[in-house]
Amino acid sequence: MSKLEIRNLKVNAGDERILNGVNLQINPGEIHALMGPNGTGKSTLSETIMGNPLYEIVDGQIWLDGQDITEMSVDERARTAVFLAMQYPMEVAGISNADFIHAALNARNQGQPVAVLPFLKQLKANMEFLEINPEYADRGLNADFSGGEKKRNEILQMMMLRPEMAILDEIDSGLDIDALKIVAKGINAMRSTTFSCLMVTHYQRLLNYVVPDVVHIMMDGRIVKSGGPELATDLEKTGYAELEETLGSETSHGNSLE
Amino acid sequence: MDEVSTTQPGNFKDEWGPMDDVRPVFSTGVGINEETIQAISRAKHEPQWMLDLRLQAYQIYQSMPMPSFGPDLSEIDLNEIKYFQRATDRIARNWEDVPDEIKTTFERIGVPEAERKYLAGSAAQYESEAVYHNLKQDLESQGIIFMDTDSTLKQHPELVRQYFGKLIAASDNKFAALNTAVWSGGTFLYVPKNVHADVPIQSYFRINAGRTGQFERTLIIVDEGGSVNYVEGCTAPNYAEDSLHAAVVEVFVKKDAYCRYTTIQNWSTNVYSLETKRAQAEANSTMEWVDGNLGSKVTMKYPSIYLTGAGATGSMLSIAAAGANMHQDTGAKMIHLAPNTHSTIVSKAICHNGGRADYRGLIKYTKAAKRAKSHVECDTILMDQDSASDTFPVNDIETSDGTIEHEAHVSKISEAQLYYLKSRGLDEATASQLIIMGFLEPFTKQLPMEYAVELDRLIKFQMEDSIG
Repeated sequence: MSKLEIRNLKVNAGDERILNGVNLQINPGEIHALMGPNGTGKSTLSETIMGNPLYEIVDGQIWLDGQDITEMSVDERARTAVFLAMQYPMEVAGISNADFIHAALNARNQGQPVAVLPFLKQLKANMEFLEINPEYADRGLNADFSGGEKKRNEILQMMMLRPEMAILDEIDSGLDIDALKIVAKGINAMRSTTFSCLMVTHYQRLLNYVVPDVVHIMMDGRIVKSGGPELATDLEKTGYAELEETLGSETSHGNSLE
Repeated sequence: MDEVSTTQPGNFKDEWGPMDDVRPVFSTGVGINEETIQAISRAKHEPQWMLDLRLQAYQIYQSMPMPSFGPDLSEIDLNEIKYFQRATDRIARNWEDVPDEIKTTFERIGVPEAERKYLAGSAAQYESEAVYHNLKQDLESQGIIFMDTDSTLKQHPELVRQYFGKLIAASDNKFAALNTAVWSGGTFLYVPKNVHADVPIQSYFRINAGRTGQFERTLIIVDEGGSVNYVEGCTAPNYAEDSLHAAVVEVFVKKDAYCRYTTIQNWSTNVYSLETKRAQAEANSTMEWVDGNLGSKVTMKYPSIYLTGAGATGSMLSIAAAGANMHQDTGAKMIHLAPNTHSTIVSKAICHNGGRADYRGLIKYTKAAKRAKSHVECDTILMDQDSASDTFPVNDIETSDGTIEHEAHVSKISEAQLYYLKSRGLDEATASQLIIMGFLEPFTKQLPMEYAVELDRLIKFQMEDSIG
């Protein structure tokens, strides 16, 4: 069970300030959507929660279940609870998909090897569920996978590793409608009282299939508006520009939006 | 020079077959001269032509310069080397004297207890010899000749004479000349026409690896339409007291035949391994070198394939791992001498703890090599800033209708890949190991299972220092 709390998070990439004080709380069992125009810091927030060394925390903390994870290494965070489905999953030739997932499960199992046969059975079941060709278990990790196949493979890893806190960074980008439905099916299958999730997306489309509990809008490195699923629907109609305008007049008066 | 004859305890049985319990322990001491060579030949009861060949090679050896390229060989003292100690006659050293480092590696890569002492040279005989005796009988029933080169010279002198030195003349290079002058041991393998050697020949050599001599001479002949998959060497460290290893390997692949020759070497880091390996591939035949170099102080090895028949195919797949104080200078030569000949070279290297691995290769198309094709790929991973790598590819093309592709990449372990793997919970060391294993996979997947498993463990073990 994981509760994520982000407090006043300020993050630099190189010399550039990207996040300007993000506050966010995701309770166990909740799925949140994070929306916003390009370049507003959505991916930076995702990567910073995972601990990507390219991003430097200047101020603020990330708390998971009452524990400050700001200083934890990437792999410690992963073993604790966090999973990040990346926008551009890496290809690693020569390591089979199955071996990699098995190694990751072993790492999470306090060094005790996970029994191979039940693992393979589970892998097969999840691959069928996500309509992934069984041959992909033995193919190199993401090697020569199409963009959509990589995204589906991220969801497969999530289903196998069963994290308590998943961040899905534009899991819907580059997917046709059929693939989108399959990915959504995978996310919905994870839903439980012990699973929380942050979905980063540009479009409302994904939210038709995975209905979020809370929607946040991010602009200029801050969460500027939060609400229910209807916020995404409204946004689809009005667009970000209009929202920016409305908010612009408010922020110029110095109002905090959180 | 001293010559001693003594009676050994009964455990010094020749693994190649039954023989007398009385064996001379024979060493020519340090240094080399004509008398040394005569003594070697006499001790082996060789025919006159072999002695002549040795003496001639010795003249050539004396007149030839050291290699003018590649690693520094100035520290080899050729006068301090024992040129003849019959490998099977070596007196077992005490297990206690085997360096701890070697013992630890045996343990870490899971070498069975029974084999450890043998591999370290502190046991002269492997316990399950009977199994291999049966294997030998099985091969004989197919007409395959498979024995050490010395024994072959006694039992099939005409066959040895027909092929010995025909691909690699003594004058090829200084160390080929030296080998021809003082050679001992090595393997002779003859596969008759249309015979497919379907036995696990590697298992024999898995056991035999501890005894590789300094100046082995190996001859393989695969007659028309025959095939063989030959594996030698060992992933376990080969603890050698001898500091120079200069082998010569000649492989004849006749029309329509197939030969794959796999070598894994992990010499201890005092060894200079300077080898000459060459194969001839006749019409529509296939020759494949699979070559792994994991140890030694210096390795210089550029296996070549002379594609002499139309439609012949040659390939080289190699890995080199160079750690502290190691220099691997390896590569391949593909000499296309006939139409429609194809060759492939894939060379992979990992340098860590300041090690150096260079690729040196030659692709040659003679005028006769119409429509030749060749593909060369060199990939290197540098684990740290102190490690280094260079590639020296040479193309010598006399035709106008051939194609050559060459790719070379030198990289670090990708930070982005590391991050991706770590984001799934793998720690830095495990993630690095997985990436390295993935990098080597095109090589390891070609190995027999037990070699692949050991190689994985060995690389992980070697990498531990680099990625702590």
